[in-house]
Amino acid sequence: MLDSKIPEGPLEKKWDNYKFNVKLVNPANKRKFNVIVVGTGLAGASASASMAELGYNVKTFCIQDSPRRAHSIAAQGGINAAKNYQNDGDSVKRLFYDTIKGGDFRAREANVYRLAQVSNNIIDQCVAQGIPFAREYGGLLANRSFGGAQVSRTFYARGQTGQQLLLGAYGAMSRQIQAGKVKLYTRREMRDLVVVDGKARGIVVRNLVTGEIEKYAADAVVMATGGYGNAFFLSTNAMACNVSAAHKAYKKGAFFSNPCYTQIHPTCIPVHGDYQSKLTLMSESLRNDGRVWVPKEAGDKRKPEDIPEGERDYFLERKYPSFGNLVPRDVASRNAKEQCDAGKGVGETGFAVYLDFRDAIARDGRDSIEKKYGNLFQMYERITAADPYTTPMMIYPASHYTMGGLWVDYSLQSTLKGLFVIGEANFSDHGANRLGASALMQGLADGYFILPYTIGGYLAGAKPGEVDESHPEFSKSAKEVEELYAKLLSIDGDRTCDDIHKELGKILWDYCGMARNEAGLLKAKEMIADLRKEFWTNLKVAGTMDQFNQNLENAARVADFLEFGELMVTDALFRKESCGGHFNEESQTEENEAKRDDENFCCVSAWGYRGEGEEPELHREELAFENVELSQRSYK
Amino acid sequence: MSANASKLINLTLKVWRQKGPDVKGGLETYEAKDISTDMSFLEMFDVVNEGLILEGKDPISFDHDCREGICGACGAVVNGRAHGPEEGTTLCQLHMRHFDDGDVVVVEPWRSKAFKIVKDLVVDRSALDKIIQAGGYISVNTGGAPDANAIPIAQEVSDLAMDAASCIGCGACVASCPNASAMLFVGAKVSQLKLLPQGDIESAKRAVTMVETMDSLGFGNCTNEGECEVECPKGISITNIARLNRSYFKARSLFKKGVN
Ligand SMILES: Cc1cc2nc3c(=O)[nH]c(=O)nc-3n(C[C@H](O)[C@H](O)[C@H](O)COP(=O)(O)OP(=O)(O)OC[C@H]3O[C@@H](n4cnc5c(N)ncnc54)[C@H](O)[C@@H]3O)c2cc1C
Ligand code: SF4
Ligand code: FES
Repeated sequence: MLDSKIPEGPLEKKWDNYKFNVKLVNPANKRKFNVIVVGTGLAGASASASMAELGYNVKTFCIQDSPRRAHSIAAQGGINAAKNYQNDGDSVKRLFYDTIKGGDFRAREANVYRLAQVSNNIIDQCVAQGIPFAREYGGLLANRSFGGAQVSRTFYARGQTGQQLLLGAYGAMSRQIQAGKVKLYTRREMRDLVVVDGKARGIVVRNLVTGEIEKYAADAVVMATGGYGNAFFLSTNAMACNVSAAHKAYKKGAFFSNPCYTQIHPTCIPVHGDYQSKLTLMSESLRNDGRVWVPKEAGDKRKPEDIPEGERDYFLERKYPSFGNLVPRDVASRNAKEQCDAGKGVGETGFAVYLDFRDAIARDGRDSIEKKYGNLFQMYERITAADPYTTPMMIYPASHYTMGGLWVDYSLQSTLKGLFVIGEANFSDHGANRLGASALMQGLADGYFILPYTIGGYLAGAKPGEVDESHPEFSKSAKEVEELYAKLLSIDGDRTCDDIHKELGKILWDYCGMARNEAGLLKAKEMIADLRKEFWTNLKVAGTMDQFNQNLENAARVADFLEFGELMVTDALFRKESCGGHFNEESQTEENEAKRDDENFCCVSAWGYRGEGEEPELHREELAFENVELSQRSYK
Repeated sequence: MSANASKLINLTLKVWRQKGPDVKGGLETYEAKDISTDMSFLEMFDVVNEGLILEGKDPISFDHDCREGICGACGAVVNGRAHGPEEGTTLCQLHMRHFDDGDVVVVEPWRSKAFKIVKDLVVDRSALDKIIQAGGYISVNTGGAPDANAIPIAQEVSDLAMDAASCIGCGACVASCPNASAMLFVGAKVSQLKLLPQGDIESAKRAVTMVETMDSLGFGNCTNEGECEVECPKGISITNIARLNRSYFKARSLFKKGVN
């Protein structure tokens, strides 16, 4: 029943065939169609700009006071493309293969191939927009390599690649705002999706300044609302990142895929106190020059400088000689955890490993390292008051990215007609693990080069303006949203939503984090249900509904995380194999590596909502691999 | 975690509280107790707010999101300085180790005619977006761009463009300028795009429309006070304003001669 609508033809021709066969909307008709875009990250901003350029009327929404502040702004390391500018053997096919393999063979071949194909257009587009990518002395673009790849295909703008790409997309969107083709709604939070006769017809939002509940209708809705990494409370995501929009769409009938696929990033600044509000990523690019190690002896409390070479264990280099420090993220993270669990962790808490630049500085000189990583070193020093030029950094894994998301077919349409999902919010092209520098690529591929075509295929068969805000579904939905806020305010208990969110985060981290097992997951399920009860009986929220009220905003997001967290656990319980970010302790090889079960789990899970208190319904999309051979990933 | 072990300090905060744009606001005093010097300024606020919520009081509203110094959402005037006493730092990256036990810390919102107060420390900076909408981009549609390596750009030039492009749109330059001018913000964008061959083509028109939009939104004029450069968390250099001025005056004289 789940039809991914993959076009006919050989892999290399599928996207061309799709584009040729898709119905087009006549240019004069495009201006009759209204499209809602929720989100102004790379995906939402690029989609808004491109659709407006084509002639559609776009209404774009975001939570922040400015679209330029979407979480994409924080991406540091870079963006991949198959340009092969370095002449090191890269190609569309290789990028495709690396992404499929990196994702542990749990992504759709056709989508991933298309992603690799359009990757090159993205770099061209971004340079034309004035994005100051790093360059060589001769004036051509520079590249670096990133975890999980043996070629240099990552384009970057210092340590601020996401910022520069987002400002490019924001500029393109701003130009369309000026042209009157995009109408911008900032400080608005989508709180429900309005569905009429099985089709997405609009959204209900809370105006975060006035507290008013507002209704917006359109001919199609595009969600670009980002990932749910904040389910863990502590993560590298920005504070406003949430699952609410996606979760509401799920409750309205869109299927949610692979919620248990979460990426725990290996190079983050370790946790250091209960008050901590978020974790800071140290770009993965640091692993190009930094060497990861722990003392050989458990409990060795000497200063890192005092530990002689022979008493250090460069465990990644030792275990994975061909990839060394550049193994994919899931492998690097799990290995760090393993070392710390064995008592070899360093720092005050013992939950950290060293990332050491001593040898790189000796080899290339301080200047060269400063040029590459200066701003990251500065950020590290600012937060920890330790100088990475003279003492190794300390790092530990943290929740960073979510591969799961709303299920979409090849045209990026969800199981609800007229609801398209792009960027990190969809279940995407990354399978069970995303490679570094591929999220930015996917967000911009979706927004600039894929959705603007595919949405036309849907709208070509639609009549513009069939439903407007006067439809009773809008008032019904608005009333439910209002009631939820009223309920949150009425509990008047004695715990704050942050306090409860922290507890949820700890449950998910302990039982549905880097390693999972059945007993733990079953326990987590119960704990989450209890915590949800605690939330709805003992929460305390300040203020009122009809005002700027950040505490109320937050409480509503935590309410959704408390429901969604259980779906993550349910999905993890279903997947009785290990793959990518989902490491099931009951399914490992003799060398403790993740062991897939292709016979039973070569599929995407897609969960359908069945009502309050009901177990969700599982649908499976079976994955067919016709162009690559399924192999056990090895980075040895 | 830190090399210099953390300790706990107590502070007295005087924070600007204002319920909405058109009501009177004022400073209110709060005791921030047992603050770890490893906390960021915003985490210190979180702690104070958790206490206020449990006491049934209205927590302090402040904008924030990335907490990494890159989104530009945070910002307040701390003891008279935009983003606080540390140079090159946003409020979210200001750590409490820069304060001493017993300090009195006064926190106020950005003040400018162009930035209305939404609540407490939260201001409306949409005027900055409007300036960008007026021309802070290169006018290319999606598709049809030439190969990214078709036009080589000297590394020094692209580095300068990147320096200017680092602006996070926080508005500290406006808040610290005695004239509430947004020239550093505008200069950064105009410079970035003018330096690059792709953006140079429209540079004359861009400078004029952006400056005119800035003027129309209630920002003041630049009289070379230099406060903006000192308070900018991203070290955006005032030479960007000089570059903007050159573009602007050249463009004005072109427009006067009727060349458009
Ligand atoms: C610290 C960090 C570094 C990273 N570095 C890299 C990197 O180097 N390379 C790489 O490829 N990837 C990187 N990533 C991942 C990448 O940044 C993200 O996956 C990507 O930017 C997501 O883009 P997006 O457009 O899907 O969503 P986001 O950028 O998350 O945007 C979401 C948008 O949706 C809006 N929104 C959300 N919910 C609602 C709602 N309910 N109502 C209204 N609006 C809503 C938000 O306001 C925002 O505008 C990094 C991630 C982090 C956390
Ligand atoms: S120029 Fe500096 S102070 Fe002004 S908005 Fe940009 S980053 Fe902020
Ligand atoms: S919160 Fe993003 S810059 Fe401070």
